[in-house]
Amino acid sequence: METTPFIWPFTIGLLFITCFLVIIIGIWISSLSHIDKSRIIHGILTPKSWLALREIVLESLLHRKIFRKNVVLGYMHMSLALGWFLLIVVGHIEAWIHYRTFFVPAYKAIFMRYFITGPSTTLSGKILAASMDLLLLFVLSGVALACCKRLNSQLFGLKKTTRLKIGDRIALYALWLIFPLRFLAESVSAGIHHNGSLISQPTGQLLASILPVKSLEMPLWWAYSGTLGLFFFALPVSRYMHIPVEAVLIFLRNYGIKVQKRIGGYSRIQVYSCSRCGICLDSCQMAHVDIKDTQSVYVLKHIRNKNLTDEKLFNCLLCGRCQPDCPVGLELNNLRLTQRIESTKEYNSSYDYLKNGNVAISPQTEVIYFAGCMTHLTPAIIKSMKEIFTVASVKYWFMDEDKTACCGRPLMQVGQYEAAKKLIEHNRERILASGVKKLVVSCPICYKVINEDYALPGITVMHHSGYLLGLLADKRLPVNKLSLQVVYHDPCELGRGSGIYHQPRLLLDEYATLIPMKNEKEASYCCGGGLANIKIQMNERNQIRDKALDEYLAYQPDMLATACPLCKKIFAKSNKLPIHDIAEIVYMAIRQNISMTQDQTINKKKIEIEIWK
Amino acid sequence: MKDFGYTITKQRTIDYDQFDGRLLNEILEMEPSFKVCLSCGGCTATCSAGDLVSFNIRRMNLLLRRGETIELESEIRKCMLCGKCMLVCPRGINLRNVIMLIKKSIAKYKPVN
Repeated sequence: METTPFIWPFTIGLLFITCFLVIIIGIWISSLSHIDKSRIIHGILTPKSWLALREIVLESLLHRKIFRKNVVLGYMHMSLALGWFLLIVVGHIEAWIHYRTFFVPAYKAIFMRYFITGPSTTLSGKILAASMDLLLLFVLSGVALACCKRLNSQLFGLKKTTRLKIGDRIALYALWLIFPLRFLAESVSAGIHHNGSLISQPTGQLLASILPVKSLEMPLWWAYSGTLGLFFFALPVSRYMHIPVEAVLIFLRNYGIKVQKRIGGYSRIQVYSCSRCGICLDSCQMAHVDIKDTQSVYVLKHIRNKNLTDEKLFNCLLCGRCQPDCPVGLELNNLRLTQRIESTKEYNSSYDYLKNGNVAISPQTEVIYFAGCMTHLTPAIIKSMKEIFTVASVKYWFMDEDKTACCGRPLMQVGQYEAAKKLIEHNRERILASGVKKLVVSCPICYKVINEDYALPGITVMHHSGYLLGLLADKRLPVNKLSLQVVYHDPCELGRGSGIYHQPRLLLDEYATLIPMKNEKEASYCCGGGLANIKIQMNERNQIRDKALDEYLAYQPDMLATACPLCKKIFAKSNKLPIHDIAEIVYMAIRQNISMTQDQTINKKKIEIEIWK
Repeated sequence: MKDFGYTITKQRTIDYDQFDGRLLNEILEMEPSFKVCLSCGGCTATCSAGDLVSFNIRRMNLLLRRGETIELESEIRKCMLCGKCMLVCPRGINLRNVIMLIKKSIAKYKPVN
């Protein structure tokens, strides 16, 4: 077969990257656990593979999630990914038709305009050549947008863009150069051999009229092949590793593989799938206090480069606000937690003092009430819950009224899973020994760990928002709508952490008027109090809180409602807006209702003021 | 020997010429907010672990400043890291970080004997 020396930079680069990817992905997959491997084996011939392919087309090529964020940004990513993919596919189809065989070496398809010096004679050949020109134009528009984005990211709806390291820069500039060089090389060849199409032919003729195209042809093809080779060699040390690895990730994710509590093949695949697009930077509230180097994108980069420090690893609230925004769908919180477990595994804890005393409770007990450590700092919530239990005639056992261990979640959030296990086991035994089948928790932090990690067969674990809603549905609580305009702050651990958004809202709707907000549910703010961050200072927490409060205040509510004692404690310190837990609001309404029936003459508003005091 | 009920108290002298301040200095450098502790005891009063066993965060501060590393190590293990101390602290000291830093550094500076 005919060949020419300039194909070598490209061919060697392609061979290198193919071997590299096969080896590294092979190592990652072989280091998966046996269960995960069997998930792949059992999933590979099922519709899961089709779903994965569909996801690859929608997300890796069309970039649907980025389109939702910003149309121009989505177009930029789509033109580069889909455009380049189609250039390769259509280019190969063109080569297969021309050479009448499927066994065409890659360089023949990539540098086809150099090897085929005559214009296409068949109709299909003409259509293919024209579509190749249009595709190249499509990609070039994306490259132009990418250059603009580097200069001004705000045009693309991004407040910030990521900082690049040297490998990224080489790959980025190579990527930018590949397509203009290809266009110039093809145009110059078209100017000499008249083998161009819609765009390359007129451009070629124009270039031929003003430049010595014959002497330019070889240098341009060399430059094109060289930048392709350079891109392939820079790929393993650049963020563009996400292009091949993301496809593997999507398949594995569809087979049901998740990030485990240890660093393994799958967590590495996730880390390498990060495209460092920087979309997570925008949603991170740490930037409100000028902490700009601990965001998920940088932590993943440091994990990859093996230079992650504790200062960065632990300076995150784990609020999970960045996770729904990630276009690759990475498990950002779990990846960080895995690193925290690794970083703190040498630390010692001992809870020998925990003694399982006899749990003696009356057999009529309907529910166990677990307030949680934080709720003990906000006694109004405990008082409200106690009163509500009394009004609804519920027999309850207040499990942590006195001398009770922590739920274990704060330890888990800083990576101390082994230590947390001891607390979990202790509390679990007490719960099981009680024999009660319903557990009501007031703190979302406790709720998440009890619900997910306690393994309590036959016991319903509920956050009090859901439980109170149930009491209301059973008509065990009186209904009384207060004349209050309320904004609801979603606690991170209850909302994004446990997926409970509707129950608190339904409950609030019964007792007050809820004002809908822009940043709520998945996009809700963190109060700044997150226990997962052990590095942030209290004044910084307060600044994060104030920024969120400013937005809430714009809705001019009478009151801020939340469902978490920690959020309440943090917001209460600001003194800008009254803040109450939903249990308190329910209790307020019930008390007003009772007083109203006792004395109808008293002004309704007056009682409200009284309750406030 | 006949037991008259008297005990000999272990020597409690701390020789500050022999003081090993590495642990203390490292903690104060990594978490400067700990310098402003006024020993009010709010942390100890609210402590979940302190509710169950003799555990006193204010005493941690004392042990750390006296360089009593061995005792500090056995005491610090009792903390459940629930975070109440941090929320009640009038000086806004990041106590959970102090605890984690002590846990991290203690193995490094613990005397061999």
